Amino acid sequence: MAVYSSITELIGNTPIIDVSHLSPNPDVRILAKLEGQNPAGSVKDRIALAMIEAAEASGELVPGRTIIEPSSGNTGIALAMLAGLRGYKIKIVLPENVTPERRQVLEAFGAEIISSPGAEGSNGAVRMAQALSEANPEWVFLYQYGNEANPTAHYETTGPEILADVPDITHFVAGLGTSGTLMGVGTYLKEAKPEVKLFAVEPPSGERVEGLRSLDDGYVPPVFDKWGGLDLLDGKRIVRPAESIEWTRRLITDCGIFAGLSSGAALAGAVKVAARHDAAVDGPAVIVFVVCDGAWKYLSTGAYTSPLADVVENLGDTIYF
Amino acid sequence: MSITVRLPTVLRPQANGQSTVKVEGSNVGEVVNSLVAAYPGLQSNLLDDSGSVRKFVNIYINDEDIRFLDKLQTPVSEGDEVAILPAVAGG
Ligand SMILES: Cc1ncc(COP(=O)(O)O)c(C=O)c1O
Repeated sequence: MAVYSSITELIGNTPIIDVSHLSPNPDVRILAKLEGQNPAGSVKDRIALAMIEAAEASGELVPGRTIIEPSSGNTGIALAMLAGLRGYKIKIVLPENVTPERRQVLEAFGAEIISSPGAEGSNGAVRMAQALSEANPEWVFLYQYGNEANPTAHYETTGPEILADVPDITHFVAGLGTSGTLMGVGTYLKEAKPEVKLFAVEPPSGERVEGLRSLDDGYVPPVFDKWGGLDLLDGKRIVRPAESIEWTRRLITDCGIFAGLSSGAALAGAVKVAARHDAAVDGPAVIVFVVCDGAWKYLSTGAYTSPLADVVENLGDTIYF
Repeated sequence: MSITVRLPTVLRPQANGQSTVKVEGSNVGEVVNSLVAAYPGLQSNLLDDSGSVRKFVNIYINDEDIRFLDKLQTPVSEGDEVAILPAVAGG
């Protein structure tokens, strides 16, 4: 075992584990990429490091300066961890309706939290951060939704890791937030193996968001459009809270993977792809899906222990992607 | 064919406060047309001037995004559920 000089050296190179005993189809293997193994606890460590290094390289970010970023939690946590190490101040615009654990982890890493209205969801946090960065041009706005370093980090690290470990991959399934994971990994995989299929899963967040004045307040990340989102993906589906919770619980009880709720959603998507796959026509399949983070930051929702019916309602109002 | 359409909170005021409505149609386009015929207030929210679905509107049939199926031509059958949602980011 090596001795590392900085926690940042532990970012990436995450393990992949076979969970094919959950597959509904004997000709389809299902493999989980464990991004919760990253030091700040999620897939977002990769993009936080890449965005900070890009801003340092361009000269925009120098010690003493302040970073501002909207985040539903994970990107903010990863940035706050790195900001502490490198001497930056950091402000995270966080929707009110994330779990209290996310707020606590951010504060533990030294971030200042600016709350945005829960009724406006993530879109409201993005808008508020945009307005704050315009009013405070001395702050460094990394803007994960439009920052090329986000998909590029996945193109350069997550994608190659997956292909090296699973050369026979046929499908990739991941949650859609900023779209960085799907665009970066997807572009890399399709360049190397054009026959690989990409599937996005998303929670029905837009259903309950009340603070939108109209559907024009909807938001499609620039990264998604720039990286050819609609053309790159092969499918996109909603996974509702009950199903996300059920599959998250299976990851814990049947695989020992203490996963966050978007992981259950991604697994639910992978299981649907597996169930439909016809090996007689297309041959055997190998699906890789992403476990974005661990369960720790969601325990207070009751999703892991309370009766399903009780938590489903509650989770409809909580942001977990 | 009678199809259930789920509406997001933001659109319910234009549909007498209902969260789901039942309308007729044999593909998603016909379902959307029946919907805006019954609730004209929804028209400008869902469709642009050329009659295409707006960029920030996602339409799903049985939870699958129709942009990756046959878009508005995607056929629907009895018991299917159409959901309309505004695009929301995560991160
Ligand atoms: C828990 C969780 N799952 C999924 C995602 C989606 O990842 P991406 O932003 O790369 O689309 C995120 C972040 O957005 C997340 O925090």
